[in-house]
Amino acid sequence: MSTHETTYIGAVMEAIDLEMARDERVLLLGQSVGGRPDDPFVQRYGENRVRVTPISETAEIGMAVGAALAGMRPVVDATMAEFLLVAMDQVVNEGNRFHHMSGGRVRVPMVLKAGYGFTAGWAGQHTGSIYGMFMGVPGLKVALPSTPADAKGLMASAIRDDNPVLFLHHYLLTLDRGEVPDGEHLVPFGQAVIRRPGADVTLVATGWTVPMALAAAATLAADGIEAEVIDPRTIAPLDTATVLASVRRTGRLVLVDQATRHASVSAVLAAEVAEAGFDALRAPIVQVTGLDAGIAYSRPMEEHVLPDEAKVVAAVRRVVEYSGTRV
Amino acid sequence: MDAEQTRAVLATMWRIRAFEERVGQLKRADEVHGLIHLSIGQEGVAAAVCGQLRTDDAVYSGHRAHGHALAKGAPMTRALAELMGRRDGLCRGMGGSMHLVDVEHGFLGATGVVGGNIPLALGTALALHAAGRDAVAVVFFGDGAVQAGLFAESVNLAALWRLPVLLVCENNGFAEFSPRSAHTPVERVRDVVAPYGLVGGTVDGNDVDAVWAAVAGLLPAVRAGEGPALLECLTHRLRGHYEGDPDRYREAVSSAEWRERDPIARLQRAATGDGRLDPDELPGFERTARDQVERAVLAARESPFPDAALAASLAYRR
Ligand SMILES: Cc1ncc(C[n+]2csc(CCOP(=O)(O)OP(=O)(O)O)c2C)c(N)n1
Ligand SMILES: [Mg+2]
Repeated sequence: MSTHETTYIGAVMEAIDLEMARDERVLLLGQSVGGRPDDPFVQRYGENRVRVTPISETAEIGMAVGAALAGMRPVVDATMAEFLLVAMDQVVNEGNRFHHMSGGRVRVPMVLKAGYGFTAGWAGQHTGSIYGMFMGVPGLKVALPSTPADAKGLMASAIRDDNPVLFLHHYLLTLDRGEVPDGEHLVPFGQAVIRRPGADVTLVATGWTVPMALAAAATLAADGIEAEVIDPRTIAPLDTATVLASVRRTGRLVLVDQATRHASVSAVLAAEVAEAGFDALRAPIVQVTGLDAGIAYSRPMEEHVLPDEAKVVAAVRRVVEYSGTRV
Repeated sequence: MDAEQTRAVLATMWRIRAFEERVGQLKRADEVHGLIHLSIGQEGVAAAVCGQLRTDDAVYSGHRAHGHALAKGAPMTRALAELMGRRDGLCRGMGGSMHLVDVEHGFLGATGVVGGNIPLALGTALALHAAGRDAVAVVFFGDGAVQAGLFAESVNLAALWRLPVLLVCENNGFAEFSPRSAHTPVERVRDVVAPYGLVGGTVDGNDVDAVWAAVAGLLPAVRAGEGPALLECLTHRLRGHYEGDPDRYREAVSSAEWRERDPIARLQRAATGDGRLDPDELPGFERTARDQVERAVLAARESPFPDAALAASLAYRR
């Protein structure tokens, strides 16, 4: 398989481009999409398929649902995850419901693309890792790519999926570079990937915390602790089987998540493993998550509420050294 | 505006201009972080509106809020300390540029979600009215917010309940990177609200005398509880949408046009032309403002960063 190097965001746009070329039902809508005639997407696919929208999230997303019901495959670039909240009814009580409510007679193939987690001084309203609000919503799929290759492959799969998909790209990864397969590249939903094998402890991380977990694993390896790092890639559907199989090998689980602790992937995985993998655990499950607070503006406070490599390393050490009391 | 009012408004405009130019530099030097939207070129609206408000009148703003906060009376040092993430900042370093709040001076706050501030102003107007006070609520928003669903919901409710709220739309012709024509077939915001019977209208927002006169004409009726008003101020931002924006989506404004449109230069020309101000006093406005900003920078740098644990302890009111 031949590859080329590109950025994380470049890989997302590459997938949209390929899918638009492949299927003329694919539309691209959004507030910072194709505002000018020399925009490459407008030039390639025309102003009918590539449309800039007003700041009208409710109408924008609701319209995408309606277009999907009528056979199109719209991709809405909602810019930031928080702006979806303006249109919450359309996202979690319209688009996701129609297939189910109609007895399977209609489908809503729609992608909502949005960035999240921009913890670089964007403060209270633009920095949330709010996927916890969406991952438990029936009918809605949620992808959280952490690498350029997955960003491309998950976007392509999202566009071909017959369900509404929330595709959340991490803003702090935007310009990260990586090798991406040329041409058609599909990453299946619901299949976690083991980023690094290891026998002593299982580390699960998503998005921006994946490189953090890998860095922690490298630090721990220097002390002879081998961490296995798993990236679920999609959180709805969520591949608990890969995580459970790993915990059966390692006996220990540390979950890393940028989200607030009580609305995180980590909380869901902790519950699943506690229920189905209790017999395999040699230590309590430990979660390293964002604190249950908003993101503060000032740097020291911003860092305080977020997970970081040192917190992951410390958690792993506590779990590995566990001797039957509390962690 | 008489001579004294003109001096006060000009001083405010220079304070905003000097503050924001310095904030742009501090952002590039990474002493200010995050997302910064400057209002350079639009200062006349903030100065002429807030210059006629009382401390107990409430003001709301959005993502481009520095000018509104300063014009409403927020101390420059504390605003700058906020942008530099320091303990003495208006919000103790918690909010930053898009979330300034200064209750003491009636600046009830800025929100970074476009349009999210409009119903908040309605609610404050409702509360002021219910308390029998003659204070008003004022909300500043851009032309982009007019296409948000809650704008229509809010205008309807404000008109229906005759709330004492002044809606000030700074129509700079752009929302992020696209022109108003890409967002709506209705060019003038006053036409959007016409069926609701709101008083107000459209003025040249860079003609500060005109903004002042329009507000002076509207405010007494709003204060008297006769219902809401909407003032659309046509203006122009001289910087990109945010600091760092390559600004390639619009025609560059030539330097001649820049001078022509700049509300500060325009007011200075008008006021010296009709004898309100003496040409000799003009340089003092800029110098005073720039000195004040430099002192604010030094003071803000002296302020320590907040205790990190504050971030979690403020999740709820205890
Ligand atoms: C609900 C929502 N959607 C999108 C955005 C992203 N956004 C930030 S500023 C902006 C443009 C606002 O334009 P306008 O209201 O005209 O204000 P201006 O920037 O021109 O002052 C957009 C779309 C947002 N902050 N909130
Ligand atoms: Mg605008």
